[in-house]
Amino acid sequence: MTRLALALPLLIALTIGGALLWGLDAGRDPSAIPSVLISQPVPEFDLPPVPGTGVPGLSAADLGAAGGPILVNVFASWCVPCRAEHAVLSRMAREDGVRLMGINYKDEPGDALAWLEELGNPYERIGSDLAGRAGIEWGISGVPETFVVDAAGTVVHRQVGPILGPDALAEVERALAAAAGAGT
Amino acid sequence: MTTVVRALLRAALISLALTGAAFAVEPDEILDDPVLEARARALSAELRCVVCQNESIDSSNASVARDLRILVRERLVAGDTDAEVLDHVVARYGDFVLFRPPWKPVTYALWLGPALVGLIGFVAVVLVLARRRAAGPVEELSPEEQAAYEAIGRDAGESR
Repeated sequence: MTRLALALPLLIALTIGGALLWGLDAGRDPSAIPSVLISQPVPEFDLPPVPGTGVPGLSAADLGAAGGPILVNVFASWCVPCRAEHAVLSRMAREDGVRLMGINYKDEPGDALAWLEELGNPYERIGSDLAGRAGIEWGISGVPETFVVDAAGTVVHRQVGPILGPDALAEVERALAAAAGAGT
Repeated sequence: MTTVVRALLRAALISLALTGAAFAVEPDEILDDPVLEARARALSAELRCVVCQNESIDSSNASVARDLRILVRERLVAGDTDAEVLDHVVARYGDFVLFRPPWKPVTYALWLGPALVGLIGFVAVVLVLARRRAAGPVEELSPEEQAAYEAIGRDAGESR
C-alpha cells in the first residue's frame, strides 16, 4: 500500500505530463472540426447555374451518379485564397483528369462570371448558392472548402481552406485515390 | 468639481450602465412573434459559431452565424421544437456546435472528469488529515531533557 502511495505522485505527474506533451504537437489543430458528412451521402441540394458560364447547375443527383471521384469546391469571387487555389484546381482538372464541380457561395452571379472569365473556368458544373443555404447543408464554416466525393455519392474527405502547399495537396490526392479505388 | 463636469460624469456613468450584453442580431432577422423570437435567441445562445469558436451565433458577426440565426428562426416558424432545431444544426455541423456537450459515451470523460479529479483530491486531503491526527499529540520534555535544553541555550548565549 505504501509503495502504491509513493508511486502515485509520479504516475499522476507522468499522466499529466503526457497529456501536455500531446497538446504541444505542432501538427495538431485544436480548432479543426471534423465534418459529420464523412462517410455520409452528399446532402440534398439543388442549385441553378451561374448564367453566362456555359456550364450547368449542380445538384445532389449529379453527384450521386457520377461514375468516378469528384472534387466539390466551394468558392467565391470575393474570396482571396480561392484565387490562389484556382491555379491548383485548374491544373488538377487539366492534367490529372480530376472532375471538378463548383458551388459558388454567396456570390452575385455577375461577379462570379467576371472572376471565371478572368481566371478561366475549370468546373464541369457550377451551382450558384447566393443565399448560402447549400453551404449550410454541406456544413461549411467559410470559403474555400473542398469535398472529395466517391463514385457512389459518399463524401470521403473534407478540406478546409485552400488546397495550397504540399501537405494539403497530398491529402486531397490521397483521398481521391482512395475514392477511385473504393468505387471500382 | 464644477457643476458641468459633475453633470458630464453622471451622464457618462449612466450611459455605461445602460449597455447590455453584446448581441449581433440585426433588425431584419427579428421575428414578429415575440415568443418565437425569445426561443430563437435562447437557442442561438446555445449554438457555437463555427468560425469564431468561442462565441455563440447570437453574438458573432460572422456571415455563417447570421445564416444559422436565420435558419434557426425559419425552423421555429416551421413549427420545430427546440430539440428538433438543435438536431437540425447538429446534423450538418456535428456535436461540436453545441455549447452544452451531449451525454454520450465519447463525452463521459468530459462530464465526469472534473468531478472525479475533485473526488480524488478530496479523498487525498481526508487521508492526509487522518494520518496527521493518528500521529498523536506532541509529548512534553522530561526533566532531564528540559535541563539539557536549557544548558544548550546558556552555552549558546555565552559564546556570542
